[in-house]
Amino acid sequence: MRFVYADNSATTPMTEHVIEAMLPYMKEHYGNPSSLYAIGQTAHRAITKARGQVAAALGADEREIFFTSGGSEADNWAIKGAAALGAKKGKKHLITSKIEHHAVLHTMAALEKQGFTVTYLDVYDNGIVRVEDVEKAITDDTCLVTIMYANNEIGTIQPIAEIGKLCRERGVLFHTDAVQAVGHVPIDVKEQNIDMLSLSGHKFHASKGVGALYCRKGINLPNLIEGGAQESGKRAGTENVPGIVGMGVAITDMVSNMEENMKKVSALRDRLFEGASKIYHSRINGDREHRLPGNFSMCFEGVEGESLLLMLDMKGICASSGSACTSGSLDPSHVLLAIGLKHEVAHGSLRLSLSENTTEEDVDYILEVLPPIIDRLRDMSPLWERLMKEEKAAKQPEAV
Amino acid sequence: MEYSEKVMEHFANPHNVGKLDDANGIGEVGNAKCGDIMKMYLKIEDDIIKDVKFNTYGCASAIATSSMATDLIKGKPVSEALKLTNKAVVEALDGLPAVKIHCSVLAEQAIKAALADYYKRQGIDPEPIVGKLSECEHDDACALK
Repeated sequence: MRFVYADNSATTPMTEHVIEAMLPYMKEHYGNPSSLYAIGQTAHRAITKARGQVAAALGADEREIFFTSGGSEADNWAIKGAAALGAKKGKKHLITSKIEHHAVLHTMAALEKQGFTVTYLDVYDNGIVRVEDVEKAITDDTCLVTIMYANNEIGTIQPIAEIGKLCRERGVLFHTDAVQAVGHVPIDVKEQNIDMLSLSGHKFHASKGVGALYCRKGINLPNLIEGGAQESGKRAGTENVPGIVGMGVAITDMVSNMEENMKKVSALRDRLFEGASKIYHSRINGDREHRLPGNFSMCFEGVEGESLLLMLDMKGICASSGSACTSGSLDPSHVLLAIGLKHEVAHGSLRLSLSENTTEEDVDYILEVLPPIIDRLRDMSPLWERLMKEEKAAKQPEAV
Repeated sequence: MEYSEKVMEHFANPHNVGKLDDANGIGEVGNAKCGDIMKMYLKIEDDIIKDVKFNTYGCASAIATSSMATDLIKGKPVSEALKLTNKAVVEALDGLPAVKIHCSVLAEQAIKAALADYYKRQGIDPEPIVGKLSECEHDDACALK
């Protein structure tokens, strides 16, 4: 049976190039980067090099890159840090969107419990924040605007440069959770006026457990972990040397192939949309144009996402859904609800996230397997039966 | 969260899927908002469940519990079907993840709803026999939204 990995927004496989680059730092160069002997200094130089690679990929200075354990840590650090800086000046208002990752939303909820107020911006039916809404939301008390670069479920890319410009003009710190965007779409923190940015290595073929926070020079973010002098003393603890080295290589590879990858992956994604849109009672989630090259998100009425995923899995396809059942809660994804979908429609969501490793044959295989699975689930679905009955009745109003 | 092999078996190849044109008891529980609806069709003759079919919209465990619940009552006397508990369905499936237990409750309720319909059609008040039916155990949570 064919195996198709179409969940690259969840995580990505590591490339041989990245693994090869990491191995020496687990074998011969295992020294502690803080040690003065040769193998320690070799490790130290490797971290410095990786820091430069990450900085270069973002248009940042290497002193502005702080390695973390991943995206969630970077988000927590940036937001809680900005809140602490704001509170010192009596500014206790934060602005974010309704479709952020839980690493942001739950951090916001924690801050609300501490007396901060948070504005959650609407994203309308296309899943995109409006700059004028950010402008209206900013008050004299606002200490941070945090808007994700690209959404993890529906792939929508937010107007980051415009929001960055606005925040810079208004003197408000601007953070973006760019976990889904880094390595996949062009980013320039200086040009886009980004003050802080979170990224995660395993979303672009590096290993899990490593990420970074870019924090613009001049922002004195409070220390995250007290201890040694690592990460300028702001985030103590012996560095994840192999992980950091791998992330430096991965981000460099992604940036140098970005244009080609974007073209290839978005063409595959469009082929997938075109094919799957032929399925009756289906809809595309999120803006069709402003979205990540690899993101496919659709809802199929009358079916439930978890069943759909498991049946795809039986056919060797790895996918994801925002249905309540896949989250273990009663509610479908907050992102799908935020773009105005009814619960019963959101339950039938399917996310496929492609990568440069995806082939045309993979896409065609998905398109071959998906419609019969949906048919099968609809055949046994009382919800679909009801929908078809209603539709028939609407078409023949005079018939009884 | 992981499903037992039994659950996956019944999800991949559910038993008794479909409708019964000559059903004399039909019950539907759950709602679209919660993400699961079960519809049971019973054909009862001489107090025996001669045939049973189901239609389910929902996750893998909703489909698997429907399948198992119908297996457990098929060919059995109505008195036995009335005693079917969600616990028996869970046990027969070698367990369900904690967040999915409500699916088994739904399966039990669906059968009871179909039995209630059967009695109603005969002009018998079902409540003393079948008991009061609560649609789905997370209805209250859903209603809040």
